[in-house]
Formats: sequence, structure tokens, C-alpha cells
Amino acid sequence: MVTRRSVPEIALEGVGKRFRDGAVALDGISLSVERGEFVTFLGPSGCGKSTLLKLVSGLSQVSAGSVEVNGISPVNAREMMSFIFQDPTLLPWRTVEENVGLELELQHTARPAAKVRVEKMLELVGLAHVARSYPRQLSGGMKMRASIARALVTRPRILLMDEPFAALDEMSRDRLNEELLKLYSEQKWTVLFVTHSVAEAVFLSSRIVILAAHPGRVACEVEVDLPWPRTAETRETEDFDAQVAHTSRLLRGVYQG
Amino acid sequence: MKRHWLLAVNSLIVLGCLLGLWQGLVSFNHVKPYILPGPRAVAAAVYDRFPSLMSSLAITTEEAGGGLAASILVGVAIAMLFARWQWVRRTLYPYTILLQTVPIVAIAPLIINWVGPGIVAVTVVTFIICLAPIIANTTQGLISVEENQVHLFLMYKASPAQVLLKLRLPNALPSLFTGVRISAGISVIGALTGELFAGSTQVGQGGLGYAITYANNQMETAYMFALVFAATMLGFTFFFIVMFLEWLALHNWHESKRQQIAE
Repeated sequence: MVTRRSVPEIALEGVGKRFRDGAVALDGISLSVERGEFVTFLGPSGCGKSTLLKLVSGLSQVSAGSVEVNGISPVNAREMMSFIFQDPTLLPWRTVEENVGLELELQHTARPAAKVRVEKMLELVGLAHVARSYPRQLSGGMKMRASIARALVTRPRILLMDEPFAALDEMSRDRLNEELLKLYSEQKWTVLFVTHSVAEAVFLSSRIVILAAHPGRVACEVEVDLPWPRTAETRETEDFDAQVAHTSRLLRGVYQG
Repeated sequence: MKRHWLLAVNSLIVLGCLLGLWQGLVSFNHVKPYILPGPRAVAAAVYDRFPSLMSSLAITTEEAGGGLAASILVGVAIAMLFARWQWVRRTLYPYTILLQTVPIVAIAPLIINWVGPGIVAVTVVTFIICLAPIIANTTQGLISVEENQVHLFLMYKASPAQVLLKLRLPNALPSLFTGVRISAGISVIGALTGELFAGSTQVGQGGLGYAITYANNQMETAYMFALVFAATMLGFTFFFIVMFLEWLALHNWHESKRQQIAE
């Protein structure tokens, strides 16, 4: 066990979440995420994966236990976090560059500075050529790139990603995974990622947390020890297959209860 | 492009045939002009009384346009309050339905009692009849924002004013325009109704509704037709202007306008 730093990046202590109708979404979740970790949550529907991200972002409040981000409450730590939803949630009346620049605009960042940052970010995700297009003119993959660009333009320390690539075809998803890891290796965020795909979880993560449902709780954790940097070739290695098989086995156990 | 042109020509031919048929029936059967004037008599009435027709049209335009504009300003403001505070909406929304169900012909005389006959009274009547569709549609648009879009703004620490101006208001634009389109159509009807009761403080100087009553009493049926025609065109023009503004505001991004872009 690595010696714990005094303040983990994200710390959950006995977190429980009960909805107004009495349904228990999460029960007794304790988890500590160190700076720079890429942690993925896997589990059956209803295990509270998305709820967990909402609690960490402060969009939803815990019913029991505590959540701390960098030692402070999630709501106060919002400046260092960006949330990427399953749906690209672009505002249809804004062009791509206006969407990406939204947060800078809301925070009254000086216009020339904001413009430069938006342009750089669009270049980074390969959308410079559609900067002035409207979301409806983009493909699903491009919309998601725009959504990622919007999340990254504020230089967050922590990324919360709720099944961001679930609606994409497999090829687009793989490519975006590779690009995400490339950015991750450069920018060193801490990532909490939710997915249903074991292969995606193994490819991206340094650690996988498998959740069980009813109520949502941590079933087990898997350290993914594939070497970095990971590229498209990583998926063709035996180690990768073995890791996917191992994780799938554990996940199957959870599904069978 | 060519198809549009053909369509216009076809419509004109249909119009010509109808006018011809109308004139033929009237001339052939020797219908008395105060019962049903032919199109030629109507055209003559327009020509002879053009200045008074135009002054009536101007007055009604002012009343209908003023009432509609006021209802948009006030309606959107009320809808914003409704969207901002749920308890305000819950408490006051039922009363906006009353606006729609109140018989305007019954309260028009009341309004005249309060503000006196003339343009102001008619504008108030138009305002009342136009207000409900604006409030209802705009409120709907303001509150039906995707949950994740709201979450996004929360993550950005957006102020309530920013959420309203940068998220809810643009999101409400399509339904706001639906409301304005409905109100634009009924604004002319509202103005005419108002004028029937409070058209003028001086004989011969009222709007179209007043002039219609007056022409009817004088058995000037041809002129009455001309006035009705002018009122219809006024409503049509309002509607067309709103459609154009709607297109300007939405054609870049809104799904309902996709067709127009494709063409």
C-alpha cells in the first residue's frame, strides 16, 4: 500500500444516497482517489455510477457520509472540476466556438484571452475547421469533441465523465479514447469515468472500481497495470486481453450477485 | 426557385378567376350594390375614399401594433418571473388563464369607462387579448430546459441572471415566437373589437372597426368591403412580419427551420 498523502484529490467516506422516494442509490461507499489517477466505475444499471459523479461534483448532496474534493466540499471545489455528460449538452443556438467559450464568457474572462484559449482548444480536439458551425451540423463524434473541448478550456484538475462515448460507434469511441489518453498524459488530470464497456475501462484506467447494485456499493477494485503510454496497439496485446477477461469475470460475479 | 414563381402565377390566376366570377354573378343577376357590391365597386370605393381608408388603417395599425408590442414586453417579463420563482408561477398562473377566458366584448365597455374612448382604450383591449398566449408559451419555453444544461451552468457557477439570459431565454425563443404568432393574428381582431365600442372620440376619425360600423350604418357596403379587406391584410402583414423575425432568429440553429436551409 502506498503511503497516503495527507489530502487525497477525492475522498468519499461512508457515502450514502437515498432518493426522495426512499430508494437507496448508494450505501457505504468509501473511496480515496489520488491526484492523477484515472478511475473508472463499472457496474450494472442502477448501481449508482452516475449518482456518484453527481455527488462528487456537488450537483447532488449526500444523504450520509462525506465527500471532499481536495479537502473541501464539492460545491466549493467546482472551479477545479469539469463535468462531461453522456449527451454532449451543447447549446444549439451557439456556434461550436461559442459553446466552447461559454464558461470563460460566464466568468467574464477578457475576450482576446478567451478567444485564444478557445482557438487552441479547438485545434487540440481537431475542430478548428468547424469553429463557426452550429451543433446540429456536426456528427455525434464531433459534438462529443466539442463537449470535451468545452470541459478542458478552463484547465480543470479533475474531469468527471459520465458515459461520454456511449452513444458513439465503436471506431469513433476507440479513437476518442486514444485522444483522451494523449491529452491525459499531457495535462495530468484526475479522472472519474463511468462506462458500461469493460474494454474501454481497461484501456483508459489506472484503476477500475466495480460497483454492485441495490443498493449501490463497491464490490471490488482492479488495478490496471498495462504500461503507459497506451495507444491503439495496446488493444492488440495479450496483457490487454487478459486484463479484459479478468475484469469481465469479476463483473460477471457482480451481475450474478 | 422556378417552382415558387409558378406557384405565385397559379395563385394569381385563381384570384383573377374568383374576382371575375364574383363580378359576373353580381352584374348578371343585377344584385343591388348595398346588398353585395362587385369587385369593381369595391375598387372604386377604395379609390374614392383612399385617404380616409388609409387614416383608419393607420389608427388600427397603431392600436393593434401597440397592444401587441406591450403584450410581448409585459408577457415575457411575467413569464420570466414565473420561470424564476416556482411559487410565483403556482400562485399566479391560474389567473393568466382568466385573461384568456374573460369575454372581451363584455369588459371592453368597462375599460372605456376607465380610460375614456379612443386609441388608448382600444390598445388596452388589444393588449389584454394578446397577453395570455405570450405568457403561456414563453413560460413553457423558459422552464423546459434540459436538466444537464442546467447542471452545466451550475458547474460554471453561473448567476441566476446568467442562467436566465444565456440559457432559459434563448431556449424559450421558439415557443416565444409561437406565442407571438398567435397574438399577432388576434391583435387585429382585438383592435377591431375594441373599436366597435370605443372607436373614436370624433365622428369619422376612428380606426377600421369604427369605420366598418359607420359604413354599415350608412349602407356603404362597397366601402365596408374595402375596410374588411384592409383589416384582413393588416392581420396578414403582422403575421408575415412575425414569421420573418422568427426565421431571422431561429434559422441558423433550430430544427424547425431545417427545411428552409436545405432549400
